Amino acid sequence: MKNTIHVSNQGATLDTSRRNFLKLSGIGLAMAGLTLIGCDDNEFDYMANDKVFDLGTGDVGVLNYAYALEQLEADFYTKVVNNFYTGISSIEKELFTDLYHHEVIHRDFFKAAISGATMNVLPKLEFQYPNVNFNDRNSVLATAKALEDTGVAAYNGAGKYISNTDYLVIAGKIVSVEARHASAIRNLINPGTAAFSGDDVIDGNGLDLAKEPKDIVMTAGGFIKTPFTWKEQGIN
Amino acid sequence: MNILKLLDKLSNDKFFTTEATRLETLTNISEFGKKAAVASIPLGLGTLVSTPAKAETTTTVNTTFFKSVLTDALQLALVLEYLENEYYAMGLAAGTLIPSADRVVFMQISKHESAHVTFLKNTLTSLGVTPGAKPTFDFTAGGNFTPFTDYNQFLILAQAFEDTGVRAYKGQAGNVMSNKAVLQAALQIHSVEARHASQVRRMRANKGWIELADGGNMPSATNPVYAGEGNINQAGFNTSTAFGAAAGSAAYDEILTGSDAQAIASLFIV
Repeated sequence: MKNTIHVSNQGATLDTSRRNFLKLSGIGLAMAGLTLIGCDDNEFDYMANDKVFDLGTGDVGVLNYAYALEQLEADFYTKVVNNFYTGISSIEKELFTDLYHHEVIHRDFFKAAISGATMNVLPKLEFQYPNVNFNDRNSVLATAKALEDTGVAAYNGAGKYISNTDYLVIAGKIVSVEARHASAIRNLINPGTAAFSGDDVIDGNGLDLAKEPKDIVMTAGGFIKTPFTWKEQGIN
Repeated sequence: MNILKLLDKLSNDKFFTTEATRLETLTNISEFGKKAAVASIPLGLGTLVSTPAKAETTTTVNTTFFKSVLTDALQLALVLEYLENEYYAMGLAAGTLIPSADRVVFMQISKHESAHVTFLKNTLTSLGVTPGAKPTFDFTAGGNFTPFTDYNQFLILAQAFEDTGVRAYKGQAGNVMSNKAVLQAALQIHSVEARHASQVRRMRANKGWIELADGGNMPSATNPVYAGEGNINQAGFNTSTAFGAAAGSAAYDEILTGSDAQAIASLFIV
């Protein structure tokens, strides 16, 4: 993506223990957050003048990052189920409907969760699929595979940036479902083979891929029209 | 350390108190007490009991304590990997048990479980702890299963072990997060178990994911593996609102505590 970096100052004036505020403010702590944020009118000035959204710092940044990826997955499967490819089997139809449900639920969860913790919520992103033919089974499956593997690698790589145990556990609850998706899609593409957890994603130590946010954003960026940045992770 | 003791110690509700009593200084106990309190607070109540300024103190890390929690979690993972590794090795060695069309799948799974055992042993050693010895397993669970002569039963237990593995690793996330390298590796193993689980489930004509607390055509003996999977509340968000409870529960896998894992694993340990 060709975005410019922008630092989110949101929270900077909360106090010097901002990190701890984020760390301890549970998902339901909207009131405390809003009250504090409301104390300083200048905090959000940058957003009015700047169309590039920054994912933010600390756990909020990770949550926004996950929200961006879940928005992409949800958007993709919404398109798939609204226009099933020709000759789709009933099993595949059911599978894609399930994936659509799960990803929309993940997306809406993150929106609610981040809204409860901060006002710095990533807006609804716009997507594009320049190389996807939604009428073609191979094209849809290949894209689904890429998205699910990317989702797994993204969560696996981002876990270490989460400081709140509750957020980490919820990310864990989601990533295993993404891995279940990836396995199912891979088996649809190559049934009866080792592809469900193939050597292209699992290394010699039996470890699934883990990728840094900058690499994920580079991979997923081709689908994302709306620019955003993550200064904290050096993403622009 | 006896595996049951270890599992018992890792049970969420118990290990805090046993660990705390093991620590001798008042400082340690009070530091840990704060951490335990924070960890047990339901989402949304955090600031009611802890101001940001006070929260600063909880960032103090007692390395001795965390090392123990960290390595105990890895020892638990090692036991589960020992179990899976031996199970698939025995299944693959059992003559014609696994149809040739399915062998490639189980050879891949077996390869990963074997790698996980080695990786966890090396990780424990690098942390200065001796890896636990492999327990003696009885996959008939006292004569209740015949997995190595009945392929259907082999698949049933494989699904139970993989779904258990996913939940057990997830349950230890908080215990390994003090070491970022270990946390990431644990996540990387965790998602491999989930890929396995999805595959085995689909070979049994199930969905790859768990809807409600229903394992999918599983014997009631495996109910503990799925207990709690029907949860539709994630941090106060109702996951069933949009598409119903089945989809809402399937969109999230749930954790297993140490004591939950104990109930399952102890069935297969002599």
